[in-house]
Amino acid sequence: MLMTEREFLAAEIQNLVDKYGRQRTSLVPILQEVKRKYHKIDSYAMQVTADLLGIHPVEVNSVVSFYAFLGDRPQGRYVIRLCRTISCDMAGKARVMRQLENDLGIFFGQTTPDGKFTLEWANCIGMCDQGPALLVNERVFTRVTPESVHAILEECRRAFGQHATERKEVHLA
Amino acid sequence: MSQIPTFSHMPPDIGLQRALGRTPAEIVQEITASGLKGRGGAGFSTGTKWALAAEAPSDQKFILCNADEGEPGTFKDRVILQEHADLVFEGMTIAALAVGAKEGILFLRGEYTYLRAHLEAVLQQRRSRHLLGEDILGFQPGFDIRIFMGAGAYICGEETGLIECLEGFRGEPRNRPPYPVHQGFLDRPSVVNNVETLAWAACILQKGAAWFRKVGTEMSTGIKIFSISGDCERPGVFEFPMGITVKELLRNVGGENARAVQIGGASGQCIPASQFDRAIAFEDIPTGGSVIVFGPQRDMLDVIENFLGFFADESCGQCTPCRLGNRKLLEGVKMLKAGTCSMAYLNELCALGETMMIASKCGLGQSSPCAFLSVVRNFREELMGRAHPLVHA
Repeated sequence: MLMTEREFLAAEIQNLVDKYGRQRTSLVPILQEVKRKYHKIDSYAMQVTADLLGIHPVEVNSVVSFYAFLGDRPQGRYVIRLCRTISCDMAGKARVMRQLENDLGIFFGQTTPDGKFTLEWANCIGMCDQGPALLVNERVFTRVTPESVHAILEECRRAFGQHATERKEVHLA
Repeated sequence: MSQIPTFSHMPPDIGLQRALGRTPAEIVQEITASGLKGRGGAGFSTGTKWALAAEAPSDQKFILCNADEGEPGTFKDRVILQEHADLVFEGMTIAALAVGAKEGILFLRGEYTYLRAHLEAVLQQRRSRHLLGEDILGFQPGFDIRIFMGAGAYICGEETGLIECLEGFRGEPRNRPPYPVHQGFLDRPSVVNNVETLAWAACILQKGAAWFRKVGTEMSTGIKIFSISGDCERPGVFEFPMGITVKELLRNVGGENARAVQIGGASGQCIPASQFDRAIAFEDIPTGGSVIVFGPQRDMLDVIENFLGFFADESCGQCTPCRLGNRKLLEGVKMLKAGTCSMAYLNELCALGETMMIASKCGLGQSSPCAFLSVVRNFREELMGRAHPLVHA
């Protein structure tokens, strides 16, 4: 990471600490915002956060590694979380899974080399009556079929083409 | 059933106005008299919980709404938050009046982030109507609610795991006692209630305890919101009185030909067709509202493999029976599917399941073997001696 990037990240975290307050209860919201903006929480971000909140970096790491929506692995701009719980399973989750893998050329748990898409499993997203269901970042898609996977991915890809700046992409998601 | 007005017929804020005219003790008394039990599934008396928090001496108390709906097959809270958010926030405000809290937190699961904008708008509207904020309709010292987003962990639905997450820790459940009503968020007395419980509390203050008791059974009063999914014609969210039989419920949703029904989500019981006359109520089959219907074509081993995979993934890992037990049970199910499990080992696995239910620290490990044990008990004849894939393929 470039020195200036580090400085920007540190300043960003400082802003978040100012916004949420310098206390342990702010930890999860701060990490959520870092993840949303940078699509990863690397060890440098964890160290800066720990420093500013006055706790040990290992404590931050233990929280990051615990929650499914945090995690220290870099993720794509679009994180696709397919629900694998029983109702979605019975509604045909497996075929949607295979089509996602085929269309993106990666397996679940991986990110495309261009850093645009990540495939992950979700444990029940509360759409059991309309399965198979998946989340693309914060948006929910229900009754997904292998055919509609293509349309969902195309919609994401169009966002890359039309809006070069990150801000708009996040907004569209 | 149809004569009893439910959520959809409840104008908001009348309950809160009635609560403002009463003393905290009277509010708690009304809730206790209604017999309302926690709708998240544990079924603890809401009146008792509020009374304990009201008695706890502290200058700072919290009302925490548990909207971390992660149980497989459950989606009623999503619908309640979408359509009746006012009732939920009203219930939280009434709870605050009853116990003397000034701050409320809605713990919303990360998967429901798309609901947040709507909920923030409802909160803002309530503030502008003086139903939240510094003074509530002239009543000091006021009460306000903020939203905290979960970060994707099923275990945070457990009340002390939820509190750990709020405090910025891993969502590992605490030893109890002390209970949250005595030492909860920031070690202050905290009431943790499910979304549905709080909405019913608002309705009870509006209509009175006697109205609520008219429906349901002696031990399980009132109406329950069910989320029904799986092999049935009309999956969705339904309101049924407590004490409804499985058979009646299936008739309503078009799932009469089911071979089994999972009640209470992945941590609940798997009921075979021969027991469909049993009642869904805390005294027979307890539930948080999840009903998953399995049609005649389903393999019950696939079902428990899915459930145990879920628990092995979502166990917080803090205590050994749950961390390792769920993995061992999952391994066992895979052996059964492959036809390589001896009867002696299956019996060992059942003993392990029973040990987990006694020795685990929190509700996750205490209830995760339920589905496994009930399938082994009720579908035993299908489990043994399956074709070995390597030999017979």
